[in-house]
Amino acid sequence: MSTANTSASSDGKSHVHHHAHHFDSAEHEYNAAKFGTWTFLVTEILMFGGLFVGYILYHERFPEMFKAGATFLDWKMGALNTIVLLFSSLTMALSIYYMQHDNKKMTLINLYVTLACACIFMVVKYFEYTHKLHLGIGPGNYFQPHGHGEEVQRALGFLKDYPNIGMYFSFYFCMTGLHGSHVLIGMGLIIWLIRRTHRNEFSSKYYTAIECVGLFWHLVDLIWIYLFPLLYLVG
Amino acid sequence: MASGGAHDHHIIPLKIYFRVIAILMFLTVVTVAASRVDFGVMNTVIAMLIASVKAGLVLAFFMHLKYDDKMYTVAFGTSVFFLLVLYFFAWVDFYTRFIHTGIVQ
Amino acid sequence: MASGAHDPNLNYLNWEKGLWSWLTTLDHKRIGIMYMISVMCFFALGGTFAMLIRWELFSVGKTIMDAKQYNQAMTFHGAIMVFMVIIPGIPAFLGNFIMPMQIGAKDVAFPRLNLASWYCLMAGAAVAFISLIYNGADTGWTFYTPYSITTQNGTIWLVTGAFIIGFSSILTGLNFIVTVHKLRAPGMSFWRMPLFVWALYSTAILQVLATPVLAITLALLVAERLLGVGIFDPKLGGDPVLFQHFFWFYSHPAVYIMILPAMGVVSELIATFSQKTIFGYKAIALSSIGIAAVSFFVWGHHMFVSGQSEFAGILFSFITMLVGVPTAIKTFNWVATMYKGSIRFDSPMLYAMGFIFLFTIGGVTGIMLAVVGVDVHFHDTYFVVAHFHYVMVGGTLMAIMGGIYYWMPKMFGRMVNETWARISFVLVFVGFNVTFFPQFILGAMGMPRRYYDYLPEYESLNRISSMGAWTIGVGFLVALGVILHAIKRGKIAGPNPWNAKTLEWTAPSPPPHENFHVQPVVTAGPYEYR
Repeated sequence: MSTANTSASSDGKSHVHHHAHHFDSAEHEYNAAKFGTWTFLVTEILMFGGLFVGYILYHERFPEMFKAGATFLDWKMGALNTIVLLFSSLTMALSIYYMQHDNKKMTLINLYVTLACACIFMVVKYFEYTHKLHLGIGPGNYFQPHGHGEEVQRALGFLKDYPNIGMYFSFYFCMTGLHGSHVLIGMGLIIWLIRRTHRNEFSSKYYTAIECVGLFWHLVDLIWIYLFPLLYLVG
Repeated sequence: MASGGAHDHHIIPLKIYFRVIAILMFLTVVTVAASRVDFGVMNTVIAMLIASVKAGLVLAFFMHLKYDDKMYTVAFGTSVFFLLVLYFFAWVDFYTRFIHTGIVQ
Repeated sequence: MASGAHDPNLNYLNWEKGLWSWLTTLDHKRIGIMYMISVMCFFALGGTFAMLIRWELFSVGKTIMDAKQYNQAMTFHGAIMVFMVIIPGIPAFLGNFIMPMQIGAKDVAFPRLNLASWYCLMAGAAVAFISLIYNGADTGWTFYTPYSITTQNGTIWLVTGAFIIGFSSILTGLNFIVTVHKLRAPGMSFWRMPLFVWALYSTAILQVLATPVLAITLALLVAERLLGVGIFDPKLGGDPVLFQHFFWFYSHPAVYIMILPAMGVVSELIATFSQKTIFGYKAIALSSIGIAAVSFFVWGHHMFVSGQSEFAGILFSFITMLVGVPTAIKTFNWVATMYKGSIRFDSPMLYAMGFIFLFTIGGVTGIMLAVVGVDVHFHDTYFVVAHFHYVMVGGTLMAIMGGIYYWMPKMFGRMVNETWARISFVLVFVGFNVTFFPQFILGAMGMPRRYYDYLPEYESLNRISSMGAWTIGVGFLVALGVILHAIKRGKIAGPNPWNAKTLEWTAPSPPPHENFHVQPVVTAGPYEYR
């Protein structure tokens, strides 16, 4: 029961994609894969959404405390990360565009750039986290500012006015942490795509995996689009 | 179903992608600028509205929802709807228990 | 992977041999059987805890365990039954096996994901059982904060296990949604799908929308214990009631994950054993979707006395009563189907009729509890315990039993011994009522639930209840014997011993690896008897 779909990619090498036997055709499999990915995104929205709901509820209850906590977030780093992720969404979409035109080289370039953007994002995140943790600004019970400097003094001051300020950082670390772990997972998936693209496994006739990983990557971007203003700007 | 492969898939032209990213960058600037102005209780609402416009663009164009099977939009919309249900009823409880009774900071 | 050009001796069970071929299978039928074995083992374990609980409660004062052990036993009983038996029970076992065949498909949309779901269940169960080293948890299966934040260490393992098991449910739901949308045979429109498929589809929507919220809730609980994040801890301004909001946002739809597939099975059984078209097919189909939708708006009825505001309570109470409507529609339609039908009282039908009777009691007492003024008295009493056992055991478990006996010929090519199957039904049905009806009375008399000990005036009803429990135990042991005997030595069955009209009965019994030798083309509805 051969279910082959042969095509040549732009460098002349041909490959074959066999769709799974329980589908009628490659197109059938593609539609199922896409719908499955969207259904998966639904579960991610509900999972992250729970954190957002918690955040918004407590924000309404402790507005001053949240504002105080947000002063420790650098909006410039957040904005940089926003731009980086938005740009990576573009390159992710472009990698699909180019594979739809059998352009393996441009697909790879865009996948690599997407990966690089993800790395930049994680590096910025790393600096943000280590800076805070170094000063003892951690989640919940780990909000124990120590050391010198203006930020520590401010933190200690806020601790007196808002004894539960640790909760703000619980949300900060949980939400950005869960998001960051998804960035890492996305990076892994993109590396997988890069390997498969190098091996000529994709063509204009078959690029389902790139499309599905792309959808996941855009979701990661979507979550950040909401995280950035909520955490960094509104406070 | 014909094994025509992916030939029949809609391809978004490059210039639309570039227009979208330009608008997204612009809206990011707007987001930051808007945060400088104090709209009082509307601060969060306005920030979320701008974010939703950006999200809408990512969904419609980068994620192809505008051109795809409507079922995907229904799936996505359903998830947002029920998330709002979680928020709404929990908020009703929080509001009538804390805010309305004045147990706020 | 063809099972050898239609060799009639080869089927999904024997075309590939060896344990490894099972553990790496992508065949939805084999995965269904693996779930069957797992769920039955978990049921035996959860049931053992139930027997121990009823033994302890046989007499006032300490009987066989102390208070802490009792709390641990009742937590394990609940957690095992909810997460490892009743939620996966029908969808992952019967659903996996039968649903793709009922829509004329060769498999589910994502077979590898299907296998991964089973491994998630097993891995999650393993993690949950590690908690036994630490004596498990004593919080009840609901893990309410703040107690669950501070209590014994086994709690983290049990919570993490439940978290992992949740992914099993999510992946199954995802798979079924795509399968129903994309893999129906030519001619099978949505309005020609069997009602079991409608039920599983509605359940899958719940699994996909609700379970992720449980995931984040349990993850936050673990973060509370490890990092003191304070989201549910009053010490940091957190609200323990918020934990309950998040928890029940999942757990209320979860009870519909438990019952909707059961109702789907009952629809199949009633139609087949009345040899009549189901009455009100569209109403039943849409009522499944309706129940799924409304289930998301009512979770606060678990929290009437927890501290949520009065206003929220009234709102939830009102909406909860609406959910009785689509449920009643189903019940009336089943009875109307039987009217003037050609009824056979084979064991699957006995279980289906038992379901209607017991589930009605369970459902109606649920509406009683929905009334917030009434619930203030009944909350956390044995009235609630009786209510949910009537719907979960009297409902779902009866449907599982009916489904097993009904589809036994298809799955294993064998018929069960009807005499002993009926004996198992009588033991379970009578035992069940003897166990749980007194509990309604105990609850009304004020006996609290989850209590290790009780006042002397409750003792005689508790003794009756315990004796009923042991009768159920015997009934299920008999049922186990019936099933095992049938698999090994049951009368050989043909493709369609019940003269049913859904697609799975057009395939050989047991089916070949690819389900159908020729792709079915559907030209009629699923219950066209006359």
